[in-house]
Amino acid sequence: MASRRSIIPGFNITMGLTLSYLAAMVLLPLAALFVKTTTSTWQEFLQTVTSARVVASYRLSFLAAFAAASINAVFGFLVAWVLVRYNFPGKRIIDGLVDLPFALPTAVAGISLTAVYAPSGLFGKPLAALGIKSAFSPLGVVIALTFISLPFVVRTVQPILQNLEIENEEAAASLGAGRMQTFLRVLLPTVLPAVLTGFALSFARALGEYGSVVFISGNMPMKTEITPLLIMTKLEQFDYPGAAAVAVVMLAASFLILLATNLLQWWGKRRGIWV
Amino acid sequence: MSTIEDISSRGPRLSKAATEPALVRWALTALAVAFLAVFLIVPLAAVFIEAFDKGVSVYIAAITDPMALAAIRLTLLTAVIAVPVNTVFGVLAAWAITKFDFRGKSVLLALIDLPFSVSPVISGLIFILLFGASGFFGPFLAAHDIKIIFAVPGIVIATLFVTFPFVARELIPLMDAQGSDDEQAALALGAGGFQTFIRVTLPNIKWGLLYGVILCNARAMGEFGAVSVVSGHIRGLTNTVPLHVEILYNEYNFAAAFAVASLLTFLALVTLVAKAIVERKARAAMRAAASRRTSGGPHEH
Repeated sequence: MASRRSIIPGFNITMGLTLSYLAAMVLLPLAALFVKTTTSTWQEFLQTVTSARVVASYRLSFLAAFAAASINAVFGFLVAWVLVRYNFPGKRIIDGLVDLPFALPTAVAGISLTAVYAPSGLFGKPLAALGIKSAFSPLGVVIALTFISLPFVVRTVQPILQNLEIENEEAAASLGAGRMQTFLRVLLPTVLPAVLTGFALSFARALGEYGSVVFISGNMPMKTEITPLLIMTKLEQFDYPGAAAVAVVMLAASFLILLATNLLQWWGKRRGIWV
Repeated sequence: MSTIEDISSRGPRLSKAATEPALVRWALTALAVAFLAVFLIVPLAAVFIEAFDKGVSVYIAAITDPMALAAIRLTLLTAVIAVPVNTVFGVLAAWAITKFDFRGKSVLLALIDLPFSVSPVISGLIFILLFGASGFFGPFLAAHDIKIIFAVPGIVIATLFVTFPFVARELIPLMDAQGSDDEQAALALGAGGFQTFIRVTLPNIKWGLLYGVILCNARAMGEFGAVSVVSGHIRGLTNTVPLHVEILYNEYNFAAAFAVASLLTFLALVTLVAKAIVERKARAAMRAAASRRTSGGPHEH
């Protein structure tokens, strides 16, 4: 299987252990999911994954994840830009804090965002006065998903901006381009693959998120019930085939997004942007 | 905010043609900081404000409650098992992938990343389907009186799954970039394989390794969805700290919920600081290695 690169030892043992552990820990359990769905007939499977309540949960999960990833594409780019190009007091602390959603357990994020956006909360109160319901509504789901997927775009765009050649912008300016024109015609095309990669990573993460959303969404069937919660509900009712069926649909969606992300990264590499 | 200046002191020197007017710079910075304040800083502060809402004595009572202490013990136990196991795996996988050429490498890389793209709820579900009462191994486990689901082993297994890629995916790009020249030199000089790893590879990768371990540990202690599915929420027995937070919160015991949550938040802040320090050390080590390589000086560790 291997063509040894050199005299370095240990291929058989490290590869053997890696593959064994991977198979036992990841591949076998995931295979169990697909095998479980074969215990129900095709009709039962279709009926489960296309029932009204399940479809409503797809719509919410998909749209809320899309909205959160879009918010992060715009603001993540802005944050990366400001962190790379400008100096301001507290910049290093802000830079470190961007990773908070990766380090903070999702349950903590969930209860904290709920406290802030509940009708009596710091932001919930003024929003309620304006007639906007934030917690316990689809907007609450978007807020939670924006929080948990916030670092992705910042962290994919930041290194690209750092490695940009300033000369390109100076050349554009010396040829008479305005700053806005330079941004749209020179900078944006270069950074776009990174923004889209960050968007796809945010979207994938937001789609599967559970912990933060269950607290803030209110979990009303057909209204604020995300797909992972629906899987949880089916599990609690011991409807294992149903849970497995919905999980297979979600997993297929995640793999498609993963594929798209890899294609985006490949596109970025081909354009010689990734260093 | 009045001291926003262009970056000429640090980083790339921007000529006037390649930056924005001061007013635009100020406005963009204010907008970015406002976004982060709304989405990161306010929720972060809210945890501590809510935790001390009912006073220090309520806070202390909540985190020294026997059920809270049992949850802390279980969370520590889970991390103590999951982090070393996945660290060893990460090192083995990185060695196999970066030191040798073989077909299907990109497939193997994708498979190692797989747990990242699986929803936490599904990560728990798959182990219910394997080890649950009506799962594939359910009858066998019942016959031998082994409990995995709704017991501690299930929590450990689900945590192993969700933290599976962390160390490997930090080490693989690092070891790939470093190449195998150092190892080949050591082996040519007569060092054994294991000795080469300990004396040559490990010092080269220590910061990347530590970085992966920190991230792996944060996730192991904080995982909620996957653990929630397999735990069964038995107080004092199968409740991890995040699950304990959920139970307290659902009982409308908000001050206690946030008090216990503040422990996890503190852990997250420690993680961020450790991460920043390790990143700086890793960059310094990389620069030092690069200058050694260009000047051809001796290796020092």
